[in-house]
Amino acid sequence: MSVLHAIFQPGLFSNSSVQDAAVLGAVVALVCAPVGVFTVVRGQSFAGHAFADVTATGGSAAFLLGVSPLLGFVVMALAGASATELLGAERQRGRDLVTGVVLGAGLGLSALLLYLTTTTQSTTGAAVTVLFGSIFAVSTSTLPLVIGFGASALFLVGLVYRPLLLSSINPDLASAQGLGRRVVGLAYMVALALSVALSALTIGAILSTALLIGPAAAALRLAKSPGRAIAWAALIGVAATWAGIVLAYDSYNWPPAQQGWPVSFFVVSLVLAAYLLAQLTGRRARRA
Amino acid sequence: MTTSGEPASSQAPAPSGEALALEVEDLWVRLGGHEILRGVSFSVAAGSLTGLIGENGAGKTTLLRAVLGLLPISSGEVRVARGHLGRRSIGYVPQKVVLDPDLPVRARDLVELGADGRRLGIPMRSNAKRVFVDQLLQAVDASHLADARVGALSGGEQQRVLIAHALASLPRLLLLDEPLASLDPRSTQETADLLGRIASERKVGVLLSTHDINPLLPVMDRVVYLAAGRAVSGRTEEVVRSDVLSALYRHHVDVFHAHGRVLVSVGEEQSEQGCELDPDDCTDPEKPSGENVAGGPSPAAAVAGPGQQ
Repeated sequence: MSVLHAIFQPGLFSNSSVQDAAVLGAVVALVCAPVGVFTVVRGQSFAGHAFADVTATGGSAAFLLGVSPLLGFVVMALAGASATELLGAERQRGRDLVTGVVLGAGLGLSALLLYLTTTTQSTTGAAVTVLFGSIFAVSTSTLPLVIGFGASALFLVGLVYRPLLLSSINPDLASAQGLGRRVVGLAYMVALALSVALSALTIGAILSTALLIGPAAAALRLAKSPGRAIAWAALIGVAATWAGIVLAYDSYNWPPAQQGWPVSFFVVSLVLAAYLLAQLTGRRARRA
Repeated sequence: MTTSGEPASSQAPAPSGEALALEVEDLWVRLGGHEILRGVSFSVAAGSLTGLIGENGAGKTTLLRAVLGLLPISSGEVRVARGHLGRRSIGYVPQKVVLDPDLPVRARDLVELGADGRRLGIPMRSNAKRVFVDQLLQAVDASHLADARVGALSGGEQQRVLIAHALASLPRLLLLDEPLASLDPRSTQETADLLGRIASERKVGVLLSTHDINPLLPVMDRVVYLAAGRAVSGRTEEVVRSDVLSALYRHHVDVFHAHGRVLVSVGEEQSEQGCELDPDDCTDPEKPSGENVAGGPSPAAAVAGPGQQ
């Protein structure tokens, strides 16, 4: 009992910030599950990371303009998706170009925007919020927006689920069925951009791919069918986010400053632990 | 008299087995400024197996992709039998499909996507679908692989699952691009036999490309021999002859028969056998074959068997 008490400390469930964070975290993890599985299967974690980098610029701009960082994240992620399509970053050479030039410029710009924010406004911690997230700081009024964007991403992935799965398994098989890669690819890119933006809001722009890729990568070790992989990814994602929130709440009593450790640290560590565990059990299951 | 409406013709109307699954007429395809196909004509009857034979670079993949409608046709015509619900439906097994071992996709999932991969929305489970998929897997001797990850299967097993995937749209025409390449000799013969059986049992016209004619000899109804974008077609014994192939290649070609096997020796530096042993040696598609080389059969061609271990 005392262990349970130590973990679930008094006030945890009645705290409104914790409640909002739990809803936000669950929505984001559920959206990231299918999108993440497709991202890993398609080998496009790169695109996810690219969007994450440019969302940092969007988040920083939002702080400077005084609007919700979510809007900044979403706008920049969608811009990143369009740019990816235009520059052909799915090809290897395009990737090199985008990595070296565009992403660097994006992060550089966000450094400038954050500098301007800290010098012109009294806000502190903008950099930490944008780059590493702060799930407890998300206001209740943002939640409907989060749910709206999340539902849109899920709807898109659900709509093109089968063509997307087939083209992710092998593009030649998809084109043999007369499936245009462009439309399906674009729907996926938009869903990916939305997921990255939501993930950036939860655990920060820099770390956002961890919540997208980590649970999906673990799920691929555990599940044999695409549906089960998505279910596993959702389970791992929600569990890691909620456990991260609980631990972060506990950490308000922890050294050194009794200010609470960053939630993102717990979430990302738990995702890593889940991946390693899945790696071990998956290998044993395959050998059997 | 062969008017269409004649009731008491001595010749019975063509049975459904004689219906054409594919008709290609004077097909020209131009890619990147080079004529890849130069007036290719042939047909594939429903329920028959046709081998598309040629060296690497002869235009086999281009021909298959043009039939699929994935490449623009410069001139000529491709007619494919209308399939289920009148839709133009072709089953296709591409060359060298790489399936990652980590793909969370079972053989059953891949076959199912062959039937409904175009549909929008999330798939619903149904018993009918399950039975349909089981039947297809059984038709390719892969029932026991249904719940295995496709990426973890051997090359021959993957090939069989891909064939079931291609058959799932109930096509009238099945195209396979080098399905026998990179299989061990036993899987090669098993796959060739399986395709012959599928053609006759499912009344599908099967057209498969290969650079080695021998595994197909027992099952092949007709052959389309392709060289430098030109083709001759007919029954194997009509086409795989020194005079016919020499005319196709426009220089001397020897055809040897030994122990029920055929060895075609193209008197060229880059012979068929050279291709099998080392694909990097092979003719570029844009390189005109036959005009640039003189001389008799290369020593490699004379010595090497037709790609058999």
